[in-house]
Amino acid sequence: MVVKMKIAVLSGKGGTGKTLVSVNLASTAKDATYIDCDVEEPNGHLFFKPKQIIEEQVTVSVPQIEQGLCSGCRKCVEFCKFNALAYVKDKVMVFNEVCHSCGGCKILCPNHAISEIKKSIGALQSGTSENVKVISGFLNVGEVSGVPIIKKILEKGCSTNGITFIDCPPGSACTAMESISDADYCILVAEPTIFGVHNLNMVYELVKLFNKPFGVILNKCSKEENPAQEFCINRNIKILGTIPFDKELGTINSNGLIAVRENEKYRELFNELLDNLIKEVQHETVVNP
Amino acid sequence: MKQLLILSGKGGTGKTTVAGAFIKLSNAKAFADCDVDAPNLHLIMERSDVPNKKDYFGLQKAEINTELCIKCDNCRKNCRFDAIEYDEEYKVNPFACEGCGVCEAICPNAAITMNPSVAGDLMLYKNEIVFSTAQLKIGSGTSGKLVTEVKKQMKEFAYEEELAIIDGSPGIGCPVIASMSGVDMVLIVTEPSVSGISDLERIINTAKIFGVKTAVCINKHDANASNTIKIIDYCKNNNIAFTGTIPYDPNVLRAVNLGENIIDYDTVAGHSIKTVFDNTIKILFD
Repeated sequence: MVVKMKIAVLSGKGGTGKTLVSVNLASTAKDATYIDCDVEEPNGHLFFKPKQIIEEQVTVSVPQIEQGLCSGCRKCVEFCKFNALAYVKDKVMVFNEVCHSCGGCKILCPNHAISEIKKSIGALQSGTSENVKVISGFLNVGEVSGVPIIKKILEKGCSTNGITFIDCPPGSACTAMESISDADYCILVAEPTIFGVHNLNMVYELVKLFNKPFGVILNKCSKEENPAQEFCINRNIKILGTIPFDKELGTINSNGLIAVRENEKYRELFNELLDNLIKEVQHETVVNP
Repeated sequence: MKQLLILSGKGGTGKTTVAGAFIKLSNAKAFADCDVDAPNLHLIMERSDVPNKKDYFGLQKAEINTELCIKCDNCRKNCRFDAIEYDEEYKVNPFACEGCGVCEAICPNAAITMNPSVAGDLMLYKNEIVFSTAQLKIGSGTSGKLVTEVKKQMKEFAYEEELAIIDGSPGIGCPVIASMSGVDMVLIVTEPSVSGISDLERIINTAKIFGVKTAVCINKHDANASNTIKIIDYCKNNNIAFTGTIPYDPNVLRAVNLGENIIDYDTVAGHSIKTVFDNTIKILFD
């Protein structure tokens, strides 16, 4: 049977192991695609070191003013909710960094003095690493919003067969929301600290708000108390599996290597996680089609 | 007031633990949590008082009056954010709406209005200590604007203080850029992993663009000795101040889970943070 599903991996808090989970699950699955939506700090490519890379620029539209046609009516300046336009010394000035590319100024200008030009805000890179198709987004340093890159990357990643793993940015704001918009199922990765639980609660609210089926993977589990596990048990949240706190795994990961490709014992661990995941997703699609 | 901002690029390297320890060590009377998307500093700053809570209004959201709507489709066609949906009636998806106002401006029948919308909570503790924090509403944008508000209310009530410590957010985008404006120095807490190093370079370059004085320290340095050396060399080669290393210490996790400050424990991590603190403060007041 060919499995086609989109799985978003998110966490609220940073550094809980989103990339570890999504990279290793994608490497375990057959015909998988990995997409890195953490465009501010993309890290998946450091592990996959993809080959045959194709790069394309991601652009947004920003206004360009034909000063000769501008009558100085200031309609555009008054309209812009983002304060991206200002009228200084008889001239309209554009502040590209805060422009949201809504196109309103161009529509409203009575003298057709405004056109739009393309500005690059980052790039997409697609390549392959063994059995995995890898697509990463990179926001240019100094740019404010990665949302247009996330939109583009999801468009590209969604055309592929097999299982797609979406490595999401931390948090529960607009970028995380955008990243899970097309997902069939969400994995929440949690670490055993009260910080982890506090932020797990936020992504838990996010996936509930968007009616996404979800389960939790508990990372960095030791013999110590695990407040994240308690959180899940108290709320009847499905725990897909646990990853132990393990020095060897930490070293492999900190060296940018993929654990399941390095050691059979991790391959088994992630194989089991993947089996649980696929069963759970199929169960969800039967119960809530 | 000297403002020290703690950043990391990569998440989970220990920003909040370091910020909490610095607040205790410096006895700072002014501090803020600018990680409005996932705030955690309040969890380790024990407070008995209740904060002053205010609604934070983000950008306005469009609303369509279906009785006035003549279904011309102009709003949907011109919305760049795909925020207008049609299913017998036209309606706005508030999560997609960025509040640009194009639909309102072009509607031929004035059926669309832009309305205020609460995008989060802004909180302020102010007794002898001023602690400013916030929580962005789930799925919201405009986090940069909220970060600016958090810093503004801290400064308003603590302008006489000599030092303010600000906990930042991961990444390099809008909330991070907003948190950098006006601060005197950024301390980056990194970890010795290839991911940590890659993210470190991106956050250093971001700080460079905005012209902020920057220093680096390494948390859990013993987790990967060769990467630790790489980071120290990188700082040396790029003329970036290096303020020290902190070892992995399971007591940090225990302290965090008890809602306590690592500085109150007599541990190796606590002592190392003290050295990092002394070195950082020296540069800040240089």
